[in-house]
Amino acid sequence: MKITFEIIEHVADLARLNLTESEKQKLTSEMANIIGYVDKLNQLDTTNVPPTSHVKPISNIFREDVVKESFDREKILSNAPSRDNGCFKVPKVVE
Amino acid sequence: MEYEIVIGLEVHAELSTKSKIYCSCTTEFGGEENTHCCPICTGMPGVLPVLNKKVVEYAVRAGLATNCTIADYSKQDRKNYFYPDLPKAYQISQYDFPLCKNGYIDIETDGKTKRVGITRIHIEEDAGKLMHDEWDTGTLVDYNRCGVPLIEIVGEPDLRSAEEARAYMEKLRSILQFIGVSDCKMQEGSLRADVNLSVRPVGQKELGTRTEMKNLNSFRSIVRAVEAEAQRQIREIESGGTVVQETRRWDDERGLSVSMRSKEEAHDYRYFPEPDLVPIVLDKEWVEGIRASLPELPDARKKRYVREFGLPEYDAEILTSSKVLSDFFDDAVKQSSNAKAVSNWIMGDLMRILKEKGMEVENIPFPAGYLARLVGLIEKGTISGTIAKKVFEKMFLSGKGPETIVKEEGLEVVSDEGALTAVVRKVLDNNPQSVADYRKGKEKALGFLVGQAMRETKGKADPQLINKLLKEAMDKA
Ligand SMILES: [Zn+2]
Repeated sequence: MKITFEIIEHVADLARLNLTESEKQKLTSEMANIIGYVDKLNQLDTTNVPPTSHVKPISNIFREDVVKESFDREKILSNAPSRDNGCFKVPKVVE
Repeated sequence: MEYEIVIGLEVHAELSTKSKIYCSCTTEFGGEENTHCCPICTGMPGVLPVLNKKVVEYAVRAGLATNCTIADYSKQDRKNYFYPDLPKAYQISQYDFPLCKNGYIDIETDGKTKRVGITRIHIEEDAGKLMHDEWDTGTLVDYNRCGVPLIEIVGEPDLRSAEEARAYMEKLRSILQFIGVSDCKMQEGSLRADVNLSVRPVGQKELGTRTEMKNLNSFRSIVRAVEAEAQRQIREIESGGTVVQETRRWDDERGLSVSMRSKEEAHDYRYFPEPDLVPIVLDKEWVEGIRASLPELPDARKKRYVREFGLPEYDAEILTSSKVLSDFFDDAVKQSSNAKAVSNWIMGDLMRILKEKGMEVENIPFPAGYLARLVGLIEKGTISGTIAKKVFEKMFLSGKGPETIVKEEGLEVVSDEGALTAVVRKVLDNNPQSVADYRKGKEKALGFLVGQAMRETKGKADPQLINKLLKEAMDKA
């Protein structure tokens, strides 16, 4: 995959990062290096290697459907930078 | 030009588990804002989600009931987007390995059966609720619903009209209710649909450009949104424009859809495997155990009603469109010898009165046995059909048993000859013209006289007996 200046802008936008022009330039080449490095893996023959979606060789970790007491609202809201009427308050978002 | 509408629905159903999908907070509806929350469902750093096993079981139930293949290997993924209804800035969902795939359900419209494909069913977490105050500068967030388990049922673009979309949605609701995995209360948002819609000239093979309308939460709004959006797209094309692929918000009050041109439109969710959750590997035996535990589904029940009780297809379809209604019917039939009469009462008077009062079948104020007993009272000849309608009405309003109402209001059929002979005499005296007509051979006149006698007794007379007495009196003289 070729990393272009436009891709960096797009990814930065999706991640809500405000980058300067020089930062975007720098990241374009850095990201290209990283992706290029990972691309090396493609040279390996993986015909008989099953795809990995999790690093740990375990599956089926479940909990039973049992309700436990929720947290006190004060505690839940205690880290909120802003709150109002028992709610988290965030900058206005309009659809 | 004639156009064909192509619709695919993505239906979200909240599962009726007791606890949330990744934490032990309650899924109960309502409650003070942010009181059904913990660090996991509010997305605090460093917490570890653990999957609720019941969620997997319910999703598999839904998959089996809709003829899906159940995946022996499945995993969960992060779907990344910034919107404050999700505190983590991602939703845990399933991307390339959903739990269920390649299913279908059958729907009926205009007496025809149509098979509608189901692409996949996957599990995911619901989002919180945002409240926008017009006067304020901020948006308030309540995370009580955040982390409530959902299944998303992705349908194939097989639907061709608003009626089909409605029938599909109704059938899905009915199936999910029958298998007990969701209460499907649309007004509480526990069942909602995203509508993907495009139009194309009749005969054209390629699909047109589609738009998506999100979160429609009533049958009525789905039907209206489909009709309005199809018309909008056709107008756009006819006037030389093109349909833009986009998400539109359906405004039910104004009856139109509005473009939501936001940056998130890129739909670049950058899915990646959820590192905090391990794969789900399902044991064949476990899945077969669930299959064996599935109850009778709406289609099977409908067939049984037609076969066993001789009900018309249409009536059987309506009765099985809701689990509550169907159970009510079954319950009444168990206590009655006349299933057809029970069905007629439900299809007629019960549906009418519910509609008049704007009530749901869940709120029928008397037990099914009362309806069975009311039918019994008519069969035994204790009350007439006309009186039964009155008793039914009173039963609905008071919740009292039919025998009690009949007794309290003195509504038993009068079949005492002595009492009725006096009524017959009076009717004959008051209607000499009809008597003369009858004697000239006009059978119709007899019907009129019977009607008069019934009115005289406020519907309580035994009509057979009245008939006999009138005839005897007129034939004699
Ligand atoms: Zn929680």
